[in-house]
Amino acid sequence: MTGRETVLEVENLTVSFPTDDGLVRAVRGVGYELRRGEVLGIVGESGSGKSVTSMAVMGLLPASAKVGGSVRFRGQELIGAPDKAMRAIRGGRIAMVFQDPMTSLNPVHPVGDQIAEAVRAHNDVSASAARERAVELLAMMQIPRPRERARDYPHEFSGGMRQRVVIATAMANDPDVIIADEPTTALDVTVQAQVLRALETARAATGAAMVLITHDLGVVAGTADRVLVMYAGRPVELGGVDDIYYEPRMPYTLGLIGSLPRLDDARRGDRLVPITGSPPSLLEPPRGCPFAPRCPMRQEICETVEPELLTASASGPPPASPSGHLSASASDHLAACHFSADLEGRRPEDVFAPTSVDNAGGAR
Amino acid sequence: MSDDSEAVVRRMSKPPAAVVVRQRGQGELVLRRFLRHKAAVISLVLFVAVVLLAFVGGALWRYDYADITSAASVPPSLEHPFGTDNLGHDTFAQVLRGTQRSIEIALLIAFLAGLLGTLWGAFSGYYRGITDSVMMRFADLVLTLPLLAVAAVLTRATSGSWWFVALVIAALQWAYVSRVVRGVVLSLREKEYVEASRALGATDRWIIFRHLIPNAFGPVIVNVTILVAAAILVETALSFLGLGVQPPDTSLGLLVSEADTAVSTRPWLFYFPGAFIVVIALTINFVGDGLRDAFDPTQRKVRA
Amino acid sequence: MSPQPLLSVRNLVKHYPVRGKGLLRRTTGDVHAVCGVSFDLHRGETLGLVGESGCGKSTTGRAVLNLQPPTSGQVLFDGQDLGTIGATRMRRLRQRMQIVFQDPYASLDPRMTVGNAIAEPLRIHGTYGQDGSDRVRELLGTVGLNPEHGNRYPHEFSGGQRQRVGIARALAMRPELLVLDEPVSALDVSIQAGVVNLLEDLQEQLGLAYLFVAHDLSVVRHIAHRVAVMYLGRVVEIGDRDALFDRPAHPYTQALISAIPLPDPRRERIRARERIVIGGDVPNPVNPPSGCRFRTRCPKFGQLTEAERTACVEQTPDLVDRGHGHPAACHYAEVVAVV
Repeated sequence: MTGRETVLEVENLTVSFPTDDGLVRAVRGVGYELRRGEVLGIVGESGSGKSVTSMAVMGLLPASAKVGGSVRFRGQELIGAPDKAMRAIRGGRIAMVFQDPMTSLNPVHPVGDQIAEAVRAHNDVSASAARERAVELLAMMQIPRPRERARDYPHEFSGGMRQRVVIATAMANDPDVIIADEPTTALDVTVQAQVLRALETARAATGAAMVLITHDLGVVAGTADRVLVMYAGRPVELGGVDDIYYEPRMPYTLGLIGSLPRLDDARRGDRLVPITGSPPSLLEPPRGCPFAPRCPMRQEICETVEPELLTASASGPPPASPSGHLSASASDHLAACHFSADLEGRRPEDVFAPTSVDNAGGAR
Repeated sequence: MSDDSEAVVRRMSKPPAAVVVRQRGQGELVLRRFLRHKAAVISLVLFVAVVLLAFVGGALWRYDYADITSAASVPPSLEHPFGTDNLGHDTFAQVLRGTQRSIEIALLIAFLAGLLGTLWGAFSGYYRGITDSVMMRFADLVLTLPLLAVAAVLTRATSGSWWFVALVIAALQWAYVSRVVRGVVLSLREKEYVEASRALGATDRWIIFRHLIPNAFGPVIVNVTILVAAAILVETALSFLGLGVQPPDTSLGLLVSEADTAVSTRPWLFYFPGAFIVVIALTINFVGDGLRDAFDPTQRKVRA
Repeated sequence: MSPQPLLSVRNLVKHYPVRGKGLLRRTTGDVHAVCGVSFDLHRGETLGLVGESGCGKSTTGRAVLNLQPPTSGQVLFDGQDLGTIGATRMRRLRQRMQIVFQDPYASLDPRMTVGNAIAEPLRIHGTYGQDGSDRVRELLGTVGLNPEHGNRYPHEFSGGQRQRVGIARALAMRPELLVLDEPVSALDVSIQAGVVNLLEDLQEQLGLAYLFVAHDLSVVRHIAHRVAVMYLGRVVEIGDRDALFDRPAHPYTQALISAIPLPDPRRERIRARERIVIGGDVPNPVNPPSGCRFRTRCPKFGQLTEAERTACVEQTPDLVDRGHGHPAACHYAEVVAVV
């Protein structure tokens, strides 16, 4: 993995929205590096800021949003870039797949035409060559009778097929990065399998890097090389997929993985291990660690000092490294917890209680 | 794809749902949105001022509307701020009395039409099918009746007491409310909490009165407010034609009617009641506008 | 199980007419939402009803409670045929069978306090009386919420808390059967676990029977005793939980289980190689395929001989035990372990 070129670099990204109640800090300092061919999974629950992060990277936030930090695509700064430059990159070098395929598809043109248009926008080929390529791409996406179906309109496809058409369009430009924001959330699980396979085909064929944003930990486990866990607008853990799932070093990650019922788990009678309480309000960033109110391991320091994303080590205090500055090595495992070292070897049921009550405090 | 990315930006022009900070109750949201509508707030204040003036001021003023003073056809002065008419009635007292009457009638109309319209529309919308068709056709029929003509015929048949005038107008205006309420109920009845109520064993009447009508409150309020404004003008028109409030009682319409010949010679008899009509109708309209915007959930302004 | 089942569904059919446009709005077709579903549910048992969109599981759940009266077929609750008892008796019977909805935001009236929402069934059936408010507080506590928060409005609670309110409301009349229509799908994953634990506790404490309608098989594996898999309006496989998950016999069940990604990277890397990915889309329920409805997407179909295929096309496979220990509706059922 080392030695592969970095295509996307995000550093200390912040996004705030002014609302009636004040400034909402939806994203508070996200940083990651994406290398060619790598898949980064960004996971988080509601209010984690994962979608806002990718929208900021793609420059799709409303004008009222305040974006800070840096997003560099092959060295070119995207934040604050002029519209013309953004349009050249967006859809071309950076392709996007959204939860609703109709976000990217034009309902009044046949899909073959839309894919062909995308091909021609970034390659100097004839119209008929572009149409051929469109049929080729549809075939790659396992769409049956691609030549006929290229003439169909988006509404004539089912949800899963529409998503695959979007992926085909994304492939048409041979992008360097594919950003997929909850691409299969609205789909049935058998259709999800088709779409995920199509995404993998697209990625392999173009050699693109991929950012996959989802709340589904199963999807990430099967697809990602590295995982970024977000909570309350910040990354709280970043590492290789095996590290995150088997050796999490942040209680939230541990609790999240522990709360999942397992399909391959035959032991009924074992209770699930939830995380009680709710994520904090994004209005006033809480002092200290935002997860502290829900964390069984919290101590006094957790309530006053917000932990930084540091290398999680097996023993001893974590070595200091500047926050937001990403690891040079792809095998680094970072966690934002004062006591990440204590989590070594711990299982979710060691830390969290298998309770059924909501929260000692009741309504938030 | 460049066009598409612009389309994407347009489609995503509101902050993501995850950014909603604090869930607010509907009442709170509505109030906040209303207060942001400056014209509506000013109008509300103005309208309340007029109402207070009419009822409180009217009771406290030294003259009563029926008093005949020695000063006849006197232009506005300190003694008679709005002047007097040819018989010596103090115009100020008359205008206040007329305003009282007009507002009473308008509110009664709004209440009766609102009540009947809400019930009619709610039942029609809930049951749908044949019931709905029949009820709505009847409402449509009522809507086609020419208001002034029917009112004229009906009031002529009676002594023209003011509450009967209100009743007649209400009997013709309820159909507007019923249409609106039916529309709201048609969408509300599909809501999951209605199904939940049915699953608990609720009867139809329970669902209509406990769930549908309270949740239809917003649009009903808006429409009733607009109805008040319209009712003021209708009553004015009827009284102007001599079909509404009858002397010795007075209303703003009647005052304007009696002063129509005196516009050039004794303008105070015409313009003061006229101004009150305009002010009342306008303020109620603005308040109605403000309410409509406040209840409209698709409007979300984020401070730039 | 020898005692009479609490709920018995026999050949349940539910069709929705599709009306054409035009003056007469004649019925141009029917959506075959549920086509001949049969199963039993015993006291204290959880039956998971799983399937993807359009399989008819939600419709079945509602038909069981007579919220959407079936087109044909029988629903027997404690021996009583819901189709033949009158409206008044049905309303009384509702006290014993309740439902929890999927959407915690839409299933509570935003204008009612949660206390009033929970008290609503008590008031409807006239049992609120003197100790109504105590009962409401007791119920709030039972579902893990603060009993003092009854006078708050739904918008003041989080999604998980609202769902608990919905459960409390369903429990107010001390029902024996609870239909749960995707009760945790709309909740964050870490919150789902708490609500699932609650449901398990309640079943133990109160002896409730659950009809657990869901598309998330991981949750169903955890909570159900028996599972029925539905496809396009029919039950294609039904059996004890472990038997169904460890030894599925119907190709659709196998594809379904195989498609679910596990939160376990090592296992996923192995599973991805063997994943059964079925192509195509769910057929239009207005015009379902003849014979076996799954044949248009069935991976096994492609491997059959011409002669074997005619059986799939012409004969609807019955839901019977073909020697695998539990009923499966496939002419060529064969156990393949896919977890």
